[in-house]
Amino acid sequence: MNLMAANQDAEAAVLSDNMAASTPPMGFKVISREFARDKLALGSLILLVVLLVTIFIWSFIVDQDVVTTVSLWDSYLPPMSFSEDPAFEGTRYILGTDSAGRDIFGLLLIGARNSLTLGWSVTVVTSIIGIVVGILAAYYAGMVDNVLMRIIDFIMILPQLMIIIIFITLVPSYNVFTFAGILILFNWHGQARFIRGRALTVGRLDFISASKTMGTPSIIIMLREMMPNISSLIIVNLTLNFAGSIGLETGLTYLGFGLPSGTPSLGTLVSYATNPDILENKAWVWLPASALILVLVLCINYVGRALQRAADAKQRLG
Amino acid sequence: MWKTIIRRLLLMIPQILILSILIFILADFMPGDPFTGLVDPNLDPAQIEAMREAYGLNDPLPVRYVDWMGDALRGNFGRSFNFQRPVTQVIAGRLGNTVRLSIVSIILTYAIGLPLGILAGRYNESILDKAVLVYNFVSFAIPTFVLALLMVYIFGYNLAWFPARGSVSVNANTTWEVFSSQVYHVILPAITTAVLGTTSIIQYLRSEIIDAKVSDYVKTARSKGVPIQKVYTRHILRNASLPIASGLGYTIVGVFTGSIFIEQIFTYSGMGYLFLQSINTRDYSVIFVLVLFYGFLGLIGTLLSDLILMAVDPRIRID
Repeated sequence: MNLMAANQDAEAAVLSDNMAASTPPMGFKVISREFARDKLALGSLILLVVLLVTIFIWSFIVDQDVVTTVSLWDSYLPPMSFSEDPAFEGTRYILGTDSAGRDIFGLLLIGARNSLTLGWSVTVVTSIIGIVVGILAAYYAGMVDNVLMRIIDFIMILPQLMIIIIFITLVPSYNVFTFAGILILFNWHGQARFIRGRALTVGRLDFISASKTMGTPSIIIMLREMMPNISSLIIVNLTLNFAGSIGLETGLTYLGFGLPSGTPSLGTLVSYATNPDILENKAWVWLPASALILVLVLCINYVGRALQRAADAKQRLG
Repeated sequence: MWKTIIRRLLLMIPQILILSILIFILADFMPGDPFTGLVDPNLDPAQIEAMREAYGLNDPLPVRYVDWMGDALRGNFGRSFNFQRPVTQVIAGRLGNTVRLSIVSIILTYAIGLPLGILAGRYNESILDKAVLVYNFVSFAIPTFVLALLMVYIFGYNLAWFPARGSVSVNANTTWEVFSSQVYHVILPAITTAVLGTTSIIQYLRSEIIDAKVSDYVKTARSKGVPIQKVYTRHILRNASLPIASGLGYTIVGVFTGSIFIEQIFTYSGMGYLFLQSINTRDYSVIFVLVLFYGFLGLIGTLLSDLILMAVDPRIRID
């Protein structure tokens, strides 16, 4: 019924405005229609926005110093218990505490904020490098393309996780920025390959050749003509890679090769589970963080899929 | 075909050389050396110096690299400082565990993936198809370590259906006991690996079958009176399994490489766990050989995949 009503609405809109019939739906309209059709995608989007807003606003309200204060009285309190430390009289730990008596809920908020921020920064930088390298390779082709592709082929054969861990262990001044740098160093190549593939197709189109003949500067052709044509793919990729980056960062932190200990991440909380006693008997320490990672990654991926369908007219639902 | 194989194998040599030089330089940058942690306070610095000299740690980098390469070509990959045994022995000791886990994982991957993919494709838009899509989406998106931890927590500890740690029980004595205990320990990590591995199989099979169902050759076969079951087994499946064949090369070499996350979480002492141990003990010689081994297998996997694709689809020619 809903579907039919929507169709009728669309037809009515077309009939009432003949001009609209000749222009295909674009941009935001396509996306909102796709989300209206796929209720699960809409749900994921809403949940994701709610989570992001809650995490970012609340994590600035909670005082990191209070959360990270060590209180041995409160070591491994189960969820919903009151503090046993006279200094924190009356404090209630909704999700319990860790070995050092720190509030899991507070750590969860701060960790989620750090994981999301890092994941997003890494994704944006790798995407920018990937777009630049991919478009350059596709536009100049020949020698430039060959050299860049050989470099990418070489990075592809590296056992990625192993090399990242080796780099992390040998960086002398290890901090958040060097960690992000290492992740970027070993992640841009997939982006570049993907963008190059798409940009090659666009680069062969007539209007690009026409522009070249007219003497349009290369930089203008690349930025104003090639890039807008692959922009929807860039957005889709940004979303899907965001989920991947969060997974990679929390995974590495879980193994002990991630964010430095001063910067809690969701992976830090999960890494408590390397201790079999905590894994089995004190699930409140690691389970919420694992669940939050899972929910975030699933939502981001689902939204990404919906965007992917919206970007490809053949796959659209709406 | 043979020309292609030989050409590709020759092209691999410079790639392996560059990889080995890179790893060698990286290993050299690592803070501390293998003696830092082991040094006995009674040992005087002169003796440590003598040990470093004896192991050749004081030579310049290019000299050490050439020495190492010369030895490696003769089958001597150096000694592990941590295990005090030749690296080849250390790796060989772990390889069995990883291979066992990988083989069971591959069997389970296909046992789950093939039927689900075929059923979802054949009855697409059905409830079953929708359920398979949800399963496929979750197994694609979930990070490895999250799934592995949940599996250990639920099936290893709470339900206690499977052992949560290790690769064999210490109480197993007879050959049969050891074997059955090994299989028992392998099941849970193998299921976890399999769940993560089914994504592409299901995805490809399902969409290929949906495309094939409406294709002309299927209509022809049906109108000639071929039973639907036979159309599926003889025509559709054959064509639909092409994309799966293209990943087979990686699956074959994957038998020898263990997942770092899975082996760490299940404390399963295979190749991935060995890598983590070696990183934590700064056991360069083992790290170096492991990375080279993984890189080499990656190259072989690409070659095998291309060859298999050529073999199953004569239209494809790769040079």
